[in-house]
Amino acid sequence: MSLTVRARVTARDVDIDLEVAQGEIVAVLGPNGAGKSTLLGVVSGLLRPDAGRVELDGRVLTDTATGVTVAPHDRSVVLLAQQALLFPHLTVAGNVEFAPRSAGAGRREARVRAVRWLREVDAAELADRRPHELSGGQAQRVALARALAAEPHLLLLDEPMAALDVTATPVLRSLLRRVLRDSGRTALLVTHDPLDVLALADRVIVIEAGRIVEDGPVRRVLTRPRSAFAARIAGTNLVTGTVRGEALESANGLVHGRVHDDCVPGTAAVAVFAPSAVAVYTDAPHGSPRNALRVRIAELEAQGSTVLVRSDTGIAAEITTAALADLDVHPGDSVWFVVKATEVGIHPAALRA
Amino acid sequence: MTATGLPRWLFVPATLGLLFVVVPLVAMLLTVDWATFPSLVTSPASLDALFLSLRTSAAATILCILLGVPLAVVLARSSFRWISVVRGFVLLPLVLPPVVGGVALLYTFGRRGLIGEHLDALGIHIAFTTTAVVLAQTFVALPFLVTSLEGALRSAGSRYEDVAATLGARPTTVFRRITLPLVLPGLVSGSVLAFARALGEFGATLTFAGSLQGVTRTLPLEIYLQRETDPDAAVALSLVLILVAVVIVVAVYSRRKDRPL
Repeated sequence: MSLTVRARVTARDVDIDLEVAQGEIVAVLGPNGAGKSTLLGVVSGLLRPDAGRVELDGRVLTDTATGVTVAPHDRSVVLLAQQALLFPHLTVAGNVEFAPRSAGAGRREARVRAVRWLREVDAAELADRRPHELSGGQAQRVALARALAAEPHLLLLDEPMAALDVTATPVLRSLLRRVLRDSGRTALLVTHDPLDVLALADRVIVIEAGRIVEDGPVRRVLTRPRSAFAARIAGTNLVTGTVRGEALESANGLVHGRVHDDCVPGTAAVAVFAPSAVAVYTDAPHGSPRNALRVRIAELEAQGSTVLVRSDTGIAAEITTAALADLDVHPGDSVWFVVKATEVGIHPAALRA
Repeated sequence: MTATGLPRWLFVPATLGLLFVVVPLVAMLLTVDWATFPSLVTSPASLDALFLSLRTSAAATILCILLGVPLAVVLARSSFRWISVVRGFVLLPLVLPPVVGGVALLYTFGRRGLIGEHLDALGIHIAFTTTAVVLAQTFVALPFLVTSLEGALRSAGSRYEDVAATLGARPTTVFRRITLPLVLPGLVSGSVLAFARALGEFGATLTFAGSLQGVTRTLPLEIYLQRETDPDAAVALSLVLILVAVVIVVAVYSRRKDRPL
């Protein structure tokens, strides 16, 4: 076990028990004020729990029972927040050199390491700039380089993409994917975006009112959320498979959609589409819709004025109660699920089968 | 910057307020005898007073920085229970009549004072020396530096310091490489304000240090003394102090605007 956290913070009504395996990336979901930042604060040592214990790679960082509190600078835990918070009085290189210098590296060695990490985040050409001369996306890339230059045992990502514009977000996401997943880092990722979860995480926990209310593999939490919060941001259809040209090859057949630029043919990806984008037919659809899947109905779930038609493959369709009455289908029946290719997004995935 | 939404009548008292500050200065400028001005401000007594003032104010400013920076950091970053009481004590010299401050210092560092008694036994005398001038000036100027710097520290927030700490920097490294550089503009303006306050110090100095030419008689004391015997000299020296004050105010406030930190 790489990270174990047990923390109670009475003032914020937070009581959390969490274990994270070495090299695992855990997405932390939850409404604002639920206790996500409190969790990161306790782990980073910026916040002292009323009761609890934090252990990282066999080293006790916090233990209220024995009075152990390792200072934030001595934890090897680095936080990447929503704002890049680059030190405004230092250059980009000076920022990235900060951690190696603090750890006792000489000027020259710190510089070498800064250049290496800046190259890693495709920001080598920004080295001599000042933070106020950078765009939001550039600043966050530099902040990532600065965090990685500290060579932390654990990386805490607190909504790292929330403050970026729509063009910068996918760039940073694929960068994070490269530097986190490919190097097997352990990380906690607080986010609101299911795409971040899909691209980066192995596992999802959902925190509501200071408690972990859901904990499971990404695929399960996003497709069959048990908590209200996960249902609101997720509840989406995910089909895992392999990228083949302009489509995804899955156990359910070929799924066509808009293929994200980062997808490499032959690698793992996931097709994402909303249940409301799925139409249900009892007969084989006319014409040649690109995505028509033959499925068996597993269950029907009333949701106010609509009904969620769950299939045995896990894919769900959301149709009106009137439409369901017209179709007159029941669990066990075979039907066609039809989705327009334009409604399907195909994204690179971190999902492990 | 536009003045939309400001009630027009507001400009009347605002103008009166401005005039209240400017007119007395103009009145004094008009009474300056420009023919004798150079000889008045360069008389031995005047030069003694001017250089003593600059020397002691510089020393007091350094003392304020040495004591005030740690005090401001503790006030801005600590959250213990009695912090507001501590802040109240630090700000006390701002509202205390300087004469009272001088009396208090006398009962602390005077020959029979709380600490002075022991210093006296060691052969160290502080009251009525140049050191006493510096202490009196530091006493009244310290809150200016502390409040100015504490404000800068609070508006800078501790987010950068938190980031620096998680990047592995020890508290001393964070203080030296992050905290101080970030609040440098606040420190500079606080120091300038403290210097200006030290330069103008009168009551505490007179009470605690006396008025001995070349030793404790600073410019404000010299002006007060000359006013009795030679009003023209008093006006000329006042003008010198005004000039110094104008330079300081302009230096501090023009700096503040073009720093978008």
